[in-house]
Amino acid sequence: MHSRRNIALAVLLFCATALTGELIIRGFKVPTYIFPAPSQVAIALWRGFASGVYQKNLLHTLLETLLGFLLGAGLGFLVGTAVALNRYVEHFLYPYIVMFQSVPKVALAPLVVVWFGLGLKAQVVNAALVASFPVLVNTIVGLKSADEDRINLVRSLGASKNQVFWMLRVPNALPFVMAGVDVAMVFALIGAIVAEFVGAEAGLGMLIQSMNFNMDIAGQFSVLLILSILGLLLNRCIHLIRRRVLFWDPSEKERLERQEVTI
Amino acid sequence: MTHLKDLFGITRLARAFRTPEAPIRERASSLTVSVNELSKHYSSREGSICALQQISFSVSQGEFVAFVGPSGCGKSTLLKILAGLLPSSQGEACLWGIPITGPRHDIGVVFQSPVLLPWRTVLENVLLPIDVQRQNRDRYVKEARELLSLVGLEGFENRYPWELSGGMQQRVAITRALMHDPAMLLMDEPFGALDAMTREQMNLELQRIWLERKNTVLFITHSIPEAVFLADRVFVMAPRPGRIIETLKVNLPRPRGLDAMSSPEFWANVDSIRSQFNAKAVVGA
Repeated sequence: MHSRRNIALAVLLFCATALTGELIIRGFKVPTYIFPAPSQVAIALWRGFASGVYQKNLLHTLLETLLGFLLGAGLGFLVGTAVALNRYVEHFLYPYIVMFQSVPKVALAPLVVVWFGLGLKAQVVNAALVASFPVLVNTIVGLKSADEDRINLVRSLGASKNQVFWMLRVPNALPFVMAGVDVAMVFALIGAIVAEFVGAEAGLGMLIQSMNFNMDIAGQFSVLLILSILGLLLNRCIHLIRRRVLFWDPSEKERLERQEVTI
Repeated sequence: MTHLKDLFGITRLARAFRTPEAPIRERASSLTVSVNELSKHYSSREGSICALQQISFSVSQGEFVAFVGPSGCGKSTLLKILAGLLPSSQGEACLWGIPITGPRHDIGVVFQSPVLLPWRTVLENVLLPIDVQRQNRDRYVKEARELLSLVGLEGFENRYPWELSGGMQQRVAITRALMHDPAMLLMDEPFGALDAMTREQMNLELQRIWLERKNTVLFITHSIPEAVFLADRVFVMAPRPGRIIETLKVNLPRPRGLDAMSSPEFWANVDSIRSQFNAKAVVGA
């Protein structure tokens, strides 16, 4: 489906949509502070990048998202493993996890900022907090879902508990963990942006906040555009990793086939 | 580090101590498997359920025995105990005179489904026992390749299980069980999930492999013709409680081809087993 003709068509469709938007907004004289015309968003985008403001803040947000993601996913995996493996940990910790899960994690952002300040630390911690849960929950489910036949097989070969874990449970849990990681990446970005809203010295979220105070709606739209592209790219990265790691997973193969059909 | 250790023969020495089967194989008689008054009870809400009641039998080296019986007769429980996956309630099962108390390296198991790990290639699946025993893969790759060509899977070493048909997957499972030349090969309805045509083909294949390797095989099935076709001896089992009600010696010449299945002797054997079930009203319900 990635033929040259289709790419040309996609570009053409994008241009036509932008042009239509431009004409409608100009024709109906929609004020800029309500909804800016695509050309105004493009100008804001150009101005932001030309002055270097966007690059600096984009890098900041990217850094805190990635750090938060790594920290959160790693923590989620470790705690999830502990819960799945140890009955006592499960018994005493799991109720709190379930309780904590129902709290909208972004609601903790003001607290996190109070504890960690306006710097990078607070945003990373908030991103990690939000990102850790999907990985945590999926790791628990994944590690517990190992097929009885497979466990019997590996045990019949004389495998120790440790070996059953590394040779069977972990690879078996990977499809679940990767599904959690997929969500965690998006969540990390959300966590970082929300922390920036609450209070930060740099970042795209901080930029949106300050533009909002100045009624710079076109600027906000341009930052939203950057954010959506950033989210898309991060998601793509995870999908690439996932495809490499889970080449053997039937649902992954199905997804690939589906994509071939639908795109 | 492993090279250094090998230099001093430490790994070899350690392995000699770890696997006791080698010297025992020499001094033992031709009796490989002996099971004495083996019972298994499960406790449930309605009280104790007797899955196996005082099972006793023995198998000589290189013999192919089949267990046949309706579902619920404890065939699979028996296999799990023999594989060391389940403790028995009373009695004991011995392999080369040593009671089976847990999984052992000299027992190969083939389950009803192939149970291959999808993230491993065919070759890596076959080498799984080697990995579990933390031995050097390189030494066994040759053996694994030879075994794979024995079961007719030459050229499929680097494929993944999902690229193979059901019959081929089960061949991989058999190859994996044959690694290390097990003293006892346990097979739990290995061809039950295959279609009738593939099943016949696999029976022929299994006979060929067995004639070549002469491993001791304990084969569980609920198909009487399959049991008669493959086995030297057939143990007929009945449920509630699971027990052996009859032992039948099959005296058909080997190798048995598919034409053996149409011979009167073959059907005489099948009929005598079937009459056992009917006489004792085993499959009545």
